[in-house]
Amino acid sequence: MRLLTDRLSRKRRSRYAGVVVMLLGLLVTGGAYTVLSPAQASDSASAQSTVDEGRALFLVGCASCHGRNGEGITTQNGTQYGPPLAGVGAAAVDFQVSTGRMPAARPGVQVPVKENIYSEAEISQLAAFVASLGAGPAIPPEEAYNPDAIPADERTEAIVRGGQFFRTNCTACHNFAGTGGALPQGKYAPSLMGVEPVHIYEAMLTGPQQMPVFSDGVVRPEEKRDIIAYLKSVEENPNYGGATLGSLGPVSEGLYAWLVGIGACVGFCVWIASHSTRAKKGAQG
Amino acid sequence: MTHPALPGDPGDPNTSHDALAVAEEPIPNPGMDEHQPRPTDIDPEAERRAERQVATFFALSGVSAVLFVVCYFLFSIGEDTDLLGGYGASNVTLGLFLGLALLFIGVGAIQWSRKLMSDVEISEQRHPAASPPEDREAALTAFSAGVDDSGIARRPLIRNSLIGSLALLGLPVVVLLRDLGPLPGSKLASTVWTTGMRLVNDIAGTPIKPSEIQIGQLINGEPAVFYEENEEGEPIFEGVELLQAKAKAAIIIVRIEPEDITPSSGRENWGIDGILCYSKICTHVGCPISLYEQQTHLMLCPCHQSTFDLADSGKVIFGPAARSLPQLPIMIDDEGYLVAQSDFTEPVGPSYWERG
Repeated sequence: MRLLTDRLSRKRRSRYAGVVVMLLGLLVTGGAYTVLSPAQASDSASAQSTVDEGRALFLVGCASCHGRNGEGITTQNGTQYGPPLAGVGAAAVDFQVSTGRMPAARPGVQVPVKENIYSEAEISQLAAFVASLGAGPAIPPEEAYNPDAIPADERTEAIVRGGQFFRTNCTACHNFAGTGGALPQGKYAPSLMGVEPVHIYEAMLTGPQQMPVFSDGVVRPEEKRDIIAYLKSVEENPNYGGATLGSLGPVSEGLYAWLVGIGACVGFCVWIASHSTRAKKGAQG
Repeated sequence: MTHPALPGDPGDPNTSHDALAVAEEPIPNPGMDEHQPRPTDIDPEAERRAERQVATFFALSGVSAVLFVVCYFLFSIGEDTDLLGGYGASNVTLGLFLGLALLFIGVGAIQWSRKLMSDVEISEQRHPAASPPEDREAALTAFSAGVDDSGIARRPLIRNSLIGSLALLGLPVVVLLRDLGPLPGSKLASTVWTTGMRLVNDIAGTPIKPSEIQIGQLINGEPAVFYEENEEGEPIFEGVELLQAKAKAAIIIVRIEPEDITPSSGRENWGIDGILCYSKICTHVGCPISLYEQQTHLMLCPCHQSTFDLADSGKVIFGPAARSLPQLPIMIDDEGYLVAQSDFTEPVGPSYWERG
């Protein structure tokens, strides 16, 4: 030990000591990064072939809007035809393609959910390719989003906390019951009922379309899982109140009460008064 | 263009002032139609049938009421929720049979009145609403007799003191208005935000670093003081006081591409790399707003659709709000967390009387 410090302190006096230390530092950092950072660094042949297969799929299904290298296409008016995909991450691809939103059938204010035509393997290939364009959020592991992974004794507490986060961050667009709502210019926040937990998680992580991002640094992973647990508990709740009319609150309830309810009463009254049997037909008036 | 002169035309020689006077009854009163009897009025068999019909409806109502009671005991509330369209057997059957019981009474009553009760048309003449002149005369005489008897005109002392006492009776009413106050003073003009106070995520109370906020992010935030405790370990804000302070201090934090932002002069350094912080309280009537479209940078109020452009100093671009969304100037503290530069520079929330 004594020997080592001696040697170090002697070298520190050398005019090259600074350069040597810096080079050593760079070497260690670079080496550690190569060893520790996942996938692209450990660079197995199979990972590369997954990316290549993903690229082949991308050229067929996605490149017409997003560009051959995912660089995005801008229209003559300066609007985005398809946004650039560097940095959106595997999570965004998994969300958009698994829910059938992508590939989009046509450009428009909002891309709707439709039937997904890709297999799970193809989606992971596409995700691998897009993830290779730039660092972005990865597909979350199952324990991150699965509400069943919450221990039973903590579940009630998690659901209550998830409800608080839901009411603070989500209800403005998705409605207090999670059944969605209207946005300007024909856009809408979709219903969250029956949505896969992984897709809810990925949507919060990546902020698809008009939805804002709720990154892991602010709404932490366990808080996201609590939100999902709350939504699943809402789904399982029996509906004691009868028809919900979309759970849209006073708008749909008022519409039904005024048009359907009162309309039916008025129609019934008119019907009662219009039927009048007389002994002599046509003798009136 | 020729046509035969019509009565009343200026060219008609027969037109005179007398002829224009409205006749007493310009169109002869057609009177009432001859009453047509119903089958039940002339056919005893039809009458008996109608009678049975009405009785049947009343009987059905009774059966429904009994079925209601049966279902009440048969189905337990809240258990058979999968039955009958997922609404629960108890819910559906109770509602159905109670509704039918009421409906059948109504239908029976209507059938009774339409088929069996008398439906002969009756006409009643309308009378003038005013009382006859002699009654009015008598009332006025009685009133002046009362005035004379009281001597209110002859005794000014009594009259004036009565007027004075009635006027003073208004004073308690005016003084009690004071209890509607006190006036809010400057309470509405400021919030709990102070220089260096951390911005934290609502509910969790997590302080926020700029590196954790991505482009397109929305954070529903609060001042850190709501999550802090005093020396005795009690929360600094509690109960009603907490809610009142929260109602003014709630914020939203967004991150927008810096080149999309057009800061108004004097606000260039209010954000950090596209991270902007605004009041969460709508300037129309104070609803909390967080309906945010990340691609258009528009913040919508769900109550009356006021729309604020967060990339343009929170300017109102649609809806009834009259003022821009107040912006909170932010900076970074020594530990790298977002903190406020100061309180809001204008009152948050809806306009009020003293604000002008």
